[in-house]
Amino acid sequence: MHLAYPAVLSALLFCTGLYGVLARRNAILVLMSVELMLNAVNLNLVAFDVWLSRTAEETLHSGQALTLFTIAIAAAEIGIGLAIVLAVHRNRGTADIDKLRDTAEGHEPEGPETGGPAAGAAEKAEATA
Amino acid sequence: MILASAAASAHTTNTVAADTHGFLSPTGVEIAFLLVGVVTFGAALVTVTTRQLVHAALWLVVTLGGLAVEYLLLTAEFIAWVQVLIYVGSVVVLLLFGLMLTRAPIGRSPDADSGNRWAALTVAVAAAAALVWVVVDAFRTTWIDLDGPAAGSTEATGASLFQNWVLPFEALSVLLLAALVGAIVLSRKAKADAVTGAKTPNASKTPSAKGADPSGGTHSGTGAAGGSGAGNTDGSDKEGVS
Repeated sequence: MHLAYPAVLSALLFCTGLYGVLARRNAILVLMSVELMLNAVNLNLVAFDVWLSRTAEETLHSGQALTLFTIAIAAAEIGIGLAIVLAVHRNRGTADIDKLRDTAEGHEPEGPETGGPAAGAAEKAEATA
Repeated sequence: MILASAAASAHTTNTVAADTHGFLSPTGVEIAFLLVGVVTFGAALVTVTTRQLVHAALWLVVTLGGLAVEYLLLTAEFIAWVQVLIYVGSVVVLLLFGLMLTRAPIGRSPDADSGNRWAALTVAVAAAAALVWVVVDAFRTTWIDLDGPAAGSTEATGASLFQNWVLPFEALSVLLLAALVGAIVLSRKAKADAVTGAKTPNASKTPSAKGADPSGGTHSGTGAAGGSGAGNTDGSDKEGVS
């Protein structure tokens, strides 16, 4: 098999996940896109491991071992990420990452003292209802 | 002289490789890989562009299953079954649970994409063009030899994993334990708040109560603080309950 096939597919999947991370608004959809990027990396690791295990005289199968580690780390990441998203949704009433701007610079009027957050919070409640 | 001979030998190996493999006469494995790859890539595109949140998770299943088939075509059978078990079996179910618990709307949600999607599209297309160009240019004369014993059989993977990768493997189990404990700690507060929210009839007004009472939002978000914030919406009598 030509090595370009899995490599190109991996690159395309990675860029699809990149678009999803940048363009999506729901935090869980962002997590799905992160999973896509991790899977692209896994495909690359497996393809290069299969290639190198034939050309090299002695191999550690490091690509496949790293793939298994990546899968385990992705499982841990998705568990922690979903727990964080649920905590944010519980505290804010939304999983919308465009509205989580408390630590953003240049959005000073949205302090908790002014009347702004009440209207914004009502909008959030409408968005989630 | 040595350089010239090395270049000549490299040239002969390249031509031999091109002769034996044939650049534009794909084998059956390559055709299967291409077809499954097209399905996988299309499902990935639908995953990141659909406006129905649950459908995104279901198309993600198609993507991950297609990737498992690609692993099988690359003779990495153990990775393929791990992919099916962990990704399709648990991660997608976890994502669906997350969608349900955050009350994702069923049906089309018009604000699934943020306002910077054109910038995101530009970045993604530019990255894809650069990566594909570099990868194709770098591995133009490289072939994977898929004949012989499978490079990723369970025997080979297990032997290498438990002979050469034992310490990272055990460290990873500690990481999984830490992630388990962390997820439980993070979602126990959710359970306490869910009980409080069930008592409150109008639970969707919680964020407005947060806006009126900023101390509840900034302080540590324990069950008591969230409960008092939820109780503020429809009366102070709920505060005593929570």
